[in-house]
Amino acid sequence: MADLLKKSEMKPGTVAEGGTMAKLYTGSWRTYCPVTDFEKCVHCMMCWICCPDSAILVKEGKKVGTDMQYCKGCGVCAAVCPTDAITMRLESEMGPDERKG
Amino acid sequence: MGERMALTGNDSAAYALKQINPDVVAAYPITPQTELMHKFAEYVADGEVVTEFVPVESEHSAMSAAIGASLAGARSCTATSSQGLALMWEMLYIAASCRCPIVMPVVNRALSGPINIHCDHSDGMGARDSGWIQLYCENCQESYDNTIQAIRIAEHPDVRTPVMVCLDGFILSHTLEALEVMDDGVVRQFIGDYRPAGSLLDVDHPETFGAFSLQNYYFEFKKQQVDAMAGVPAIIEEIGEQYGKLTGRSYGLLDPYRCDDADVILVGLGSTMGTAKQAADDLRADEGLKCGALKVRSFRPFPGEQLRRLLKDGAAVGILDRAISFGLGGPLFHEVRSACGGAATMLNFIYGLGGRDLSLDGIKDLFRALSEAKATGHAEPVERYVGVRE
Repeated sequence: MADLLKKSEMKPGTVAEGGTMAKLYTGSWRTYCPVTDFEKCVHCMMCWICCPDSAILVKEGKKVGTDMQYCKGCGVCAAVCPTDAITMRLESEMGPDERKG
Repeated sequence: MGERMALTGNDSAAYALKQINPDVVAAYPITPQTELMHKFAEYVADGEVVTEFVPVESEHSAMSAAIGASLAGARSCTATSSQGLALMWEMLYIAASCRCPIVMPVVNRALSGPINIHCDHSDGMGARDSGWIQLYCENCQESYDNTIQAIRIAEHPDVRTPVMVCLDGFILSHTLEALEVMDDGVVRQFIGDYRPAGSLLDVDHPETFGAFSLQNYYFEFKKQQVDAMAGVPAIIEEIGEQYGKLTGRSYGLLDPYRCDDADVILVGLGSTMGTAKQAADDLRADEGLKCGALKVRSFRPFPGEQLRRLLKDGAAVGILDRAISFGLGGPLFHEVRSACGGAATMLNFIYGLGGRDLSLDGIKDLFRALSEAKATGHAEPVERYVGVRE
């Protein structure tokens, strides 16, 4: 905790900067990791609507992956996918390059 | 000098709020506080204040709205009683930890159950660890005076901590009393403009309000609250003295009455202490019993050191508690005894729960019981439930 601010350096009651959630890596809570088969994905955006963490990444109206900083691996996206394009895999058995959602 | 008016405790606090003219007031009705905000709503409707009045759907929402407004940079107030304060509970801690200088009259009433609308201090005692400052009022003049001073205390740059102004339900809230009020301009000058430490709406200087903070920072935020509270006693005294210069009514942390040469002293909170002062006068005149009364105005922060100095001379001390910490006894008693080291004869009189009256004669009996305990050395039982049919 050596790099953390001391009490005397902190503004009372608030954090003296905005956007501090961006520094949190809550994706570390994940056990299962979503994997999207883009051959099957029809970009219906059901996963985007239902994701409780707003972690579905979209570019120009198309799903491009999942934000692994916030995805908790709950599996809602896989459950609602009408084309079964998303599978949940045990993350400990996956390589770092495979964790794209 | 100000104007003399006849006001109830509720109306005197509402009148103070009118003169404070807060930016935002959010409130929900609950007996016996209802008339306080009813009166304030009249001031809003009549255009006597510029306050944004938010009638919310619960006390949890009232405190939430007051916190949101406070973080947005508004001077914010609310008021409540009993179950309403209990419903605010989780938000009380958030107001204190976000350092929102909210001022809230709390019209003290028993907590259910059994359901009861009358005065005791179990609501206030339930919130004593929430990080709020608590001032207790003896009469309707004090509910006016304390509400105005509470703004200065809460908003002091070294404090930035919310304040409860506690006044006894019905006994004060619904009792008409002749009291003195200041001119609006004098109050405005005394409290000054509110200068928030930051604002949710200041997009040029973004901050994180209500932050998520875990093992890494939570403890430091809590210690900041401890440090701020440690400085509050001196600030309460300083503001109470300034208020005295303005009005002739000075305030401190404690209000000792004829304690200097007293053999027996009753310590307590709120309206009962007015009766205790009268009982002390009567017993000194009629029975030659040297009685004193010591009112605790600031229960949080608790002025333990100041109490210890006032009670050091070996007088027998009776502590009046209008609340119970089940499995412990009276909360005020245990804090006073802890501050004083337990050397003197001390009795705990638990009284008045659910609004049961403690009369002038009843208080005289307590002074006599103290005197007997001191004379005989028999202080058992220490914990005494006044007037309970066993």
